Amino acid sequence: MQFVVNVLVLTALYALMAEGFVLIYRASKVFNLAHGDMMMLGGYVFFTCLVATQGGVATSVVIALGAGFFIGVAVYLAGIRPLAGYPVASVVLVTVAIGILIRSVATLLWSAQVRYPVNLLPFKDTPHALPGNAVFSTLDLAALAAALVFFIVLVLLLQRTALGVRMRAVAENPRLAANSGIDIHRIIALSWGLSCFGATLAALFYSTRVNLEPDSWLVGLRAFAPALIGGMNSPLGVLPGALIVAIVEVLAAQYLDPIMVNSAPFIVLLVALWIRPWGLFGTREEVVRV
Amino acid sequence: MATHASGFFKTRYSFEIGFLETPYRRFWVAAGLCIALAFPFAAPTFWVGILNLALIAAIGALALNLLTGYTGQLSLGHAGFLAAGAFTAGILVGQWGAPVWVTLPASIVVGMVLGIIVGVPALRLRGIYLSISTLAAFFVIASLATEYQSRFGKGSGTLVPAPRLGDWVLAGELRWYFVLLALSGLATLLCLNLNRSHVGRAWLAIRERDLAAAALGIDVAFYKVMAFVISTAMTTFAGALSAYYTGFVAAEAFTFLVTIEFLAMILIGGLGSVLGSLLGALFVTMLPFLVERAVEVLPFPATFKTHLFAVQIGLFAVLMLAFLMFEPHGLARIWGRIRAYFELWPFRYRPLQ
Repeated sequence: MQFVVNVLVLTALYALMAEGFVLIYRASKVFNLAHGDMMMLGGYVFFTCLVATQGGVATSVVIALGAGFFIGVAVYLAGIRPLAGYPVASVVLVTVAIGILIRSVATLLWSAQVRYPVNLLPFKDTPHALPGNAVFSTLDLAALAAALVFFIVLVLLLQRTALGVRMRAVAENPRLAANSGIDIHRIIALSWGLSCFGATLAALFYSTRVNLEPDSWLVGLRAFAPALIGGMNSPLGVLPGALIVAIVEVLAAQYLDPIMVNSAPFIVLLVALWIRPWGLFGTREEVVRV
Repeated sequence: MATHASGFFKTRYSFEIGFLETPYRRFWVAAGLCIALAFPFAAPTFWVGILNLALIAAIGALALNLLTGYTGQLSLGHAGFLAAGAFTAGILVGQWGAPVWVTLPASIVVGMVLGIIVGVPALRLRGIYLSISTLAAFFVIASLATEYQSRFGKGSGTLVPAPRLGDWVLAGELRWYFVLLALSGLATLLCLNLNRSHVGRAWLAIRERDLAAAALGIDVAFYKVMAFVISTAMTTFAGALSAYYTGFVAAEAFTFLVTIEFLAMILIGGLGSVLGSLLGALFVTMLPFLVERAVEVLPFPATFKTHLFAVQIGLFAVLMLAFLMFEPHGLARIWGRIRAYFELWPFRYRPLQ
């Protein structure tokens, strides 16, 4: 039973982080290797707000999520948009460079010290007992709820609103979308913002459940595996992708060395690349096109 | 009155693949060699040590440039291949006390095998999907190295004694300098020869457009895997050399940042340029020491001193961004412009021929 709980929570976190890779890939056709760093930055904003407001959770969450959205848009406008028309590999390298720049700035601002934002929360993260000797903490529940709400809102946005139709049009064929009068730069910027919003949401729970340090970016990078397994151009594919990676990771933590836990998503990723590089729900043409 | 054109003209096809065909080039190569040979006697040992690091890095950078600059396959797993080479040497020496003439060839063989393992997916995957598979390979190799270290009780790392051939021990900066100069010279020659032969032209064709290359009759799969095999073999060789040079192998030394350093080398130096790889390796190796000096001397905030490493990687990032956005061909292109300026002086343009 505890196994199910662990897998579910990990799935929720991975799905939130991985959705960012998919949104950005659909909009810009690049792999954003700075995603983990953007997530880490969002976590630090949350931490700083918690310190400043002395445990004002609601304010801190709102500011952090707003800042997360802003970080995504800013990275797009400052780093990615000027490179329109460059080879994809150059843009990927730019995201790598932006990532280490964020990491360097974060280390200079907040030092490399490991932080535990959970100690700043005004309430205790109480565990609740479940049948079958399992425990479920308040934060676990909140993480699941947040992921659920995020994905429901995202699906509604994509399927039911005019904005969502524009986003899908840009993902499908950017040139045609631009010719139809869609301001594609605004749509792509929105995708980057949403992506970093989701990552920050994950960072809130990751930083309070585990910890926060400049090296937390690796967690965000591991979330690349679920995105690719689900299919880089499939917004809902990340859910089964995250489930698979979470199961493998929890199993690896139980039966293998703790060292292998960190590389478990990457092993799954390698296997997925060999068998089905376009992912479970992605389209095959996507791999050929790049 | 007929005017005679003066200057160097390529009148035969063999000139296209010429090597030292102009007096100008011969002069610069000779001058460079003289400076390189005289350098250790004129400079303090500290700088010879830095240059040694740069020479090892140059082999790695040349290897990465073959793969990324020439063949156009962006590799994000370079640190993993370096680690594989270093650990091959470390394990062979640590477990069985193998001599250097076993470990260095062994590291090359390991590199070739790794190159095939990583290169074969390149037949199915293209572009950034391939980059991701090299990135994943890096994390797997890194965790295997950490696993080895903890499983065999190596704690913080394996000691590698100085290599010896008979009675001759390779120790001290000066001896290392000449050995490394010769080895990186060989690596440079290998790259130059590969690039001006049919292999290099096939790689360039694949980089520009692999479908068009296939239509020209180039065996894309073969040349792609070949690029991977040669590149990783050179990289693992550089890794093994660095293990001997530092006398120590630790998994913690091969982080993702090492990959970024090497990417920075070829980006700053110039993608698809042998000269660029060398310049980039020199520049990026020296940068941390220069930053250290600058932070000591100039009035920066105190946090800069306590987090020197963060300042260094931040500077790498800024330089990478600047070169990617404004000078994608790197230092090699800047050098080319300077050279053209002096060649043409006092004219500003090359006259139409």
